[in-house]
Amino acid sequence: MVIYPHPDDESFGAAGTITKFREEGVPVTYLCGTLGEMGRNMGSPTFANRETLPEIRKEELINACEALDIELQMLGYRDKTLEFEDRQMVANHLKGLLEDINPSLVITHYPEHAVHPDHNALGAAAIEAVRLMDEDKRPVVWVQAITNNYDEELGKPDVRNDVTAYFDQKMKAIVAHKSQADGILGKFRENSEITADIEEAAKQRLGTEQFYIWNY
Amino acid sequence: MNPIEIESVQQQLESFIDKDVYVHLETTNGAYASHFDEKAYNVGAYIRNAQVKFSQAKIVGNGKSYRVGLKMEFGWIYAEGLTDWTIHEEKQLLLAGHDREGRLMVSLELSEVPFRY
Repeated sequence: MVIYPHPDDESFGAAGTITKFREEGVPVTYLCGTLGEMGRNMGSPTFANRETLPEIRKEELINACEALDIELQMLGYRDKTLEFEDRQMVANHLKGLLEDINPSLVITHYPEHAVHPDHNALGAAAIEAVRLMDEDKRPVVWVQAITNNYDEELGKPDVRNDVTAYFDQKMKAIVAHKSQADGILGKFRENSEITADIEEAAKQRLGTEQFYIWNY
Repeated sequence: MNPIEIESVQQQLESFIDKDVYVHLETTNGAYASHFDEKAYNVGAYIRNAQVKFSQAKIVGNGKSYRVGLKMEFGWIYAEGLTDWTIHEEKQLLLAGHDREGRLMVSLELSEVPFRY
């Protein structure tokens, strides 16, 4: 089970790992916290606006999950507000879903090391949800840090997945989020003479997915 | 959205005068500003579905970037850096300012019915 707050967090953050699990026949469910309603990327050139963005991102999310061949549940929170919701309420909401779906592994963000306040808040709620479960029923929890200096503060991640073998699949999922990915891809095209290098750079940045194992 | 046409937008703004209207007002430089540039600050604010009433409305600008001021009984609503506009679902006036990459920097929206939560 993957628990992140925004449509596209799953694709940029864990699409390679997800693809690897799917190829091994492991079912994967994405619990997506919000619809990224307050995102500022509107496509490049712009094709979304503040009021059409939620529906557009919802459709992109559905397409990305189809590309990754995973189940999707949208949790219905609002972008940028997760840290102001009652943590226990969100944790209980997640706990209900964990008990229904009964995953062996949960992937979420590392609280206070995940840059965006929604990442930190939903990661903390997911960790709390698992803590509320009976000890013998708890899934393993992998948490993802994305700050610039997380390895200095936290040490080396416990899980380091080289996903270059699944990179095409990962890019397919990223591109499904057209309103968000357009900016990046536009830059690729602008600099076509150095495309190879940028693709190489993208592979370096997105070609490894790292997680810490949460210690209860 | 389309580049602002000042006369059309002025007309639209005036259609909301002296009515109870819902406002969405926002500015943002993104949640990752200081992640990508440690010298940058993360700054943003929004208010959505505040109900207001204004008696004067005016858009002013240089043909590229515009400001809007709405005069209320006890104060003002102000937005700067607006570049584009559209009418959403036939009745909601959306104004926004985008940067070169098409990212939203500021937004001012008016509607007689609440914006979808």
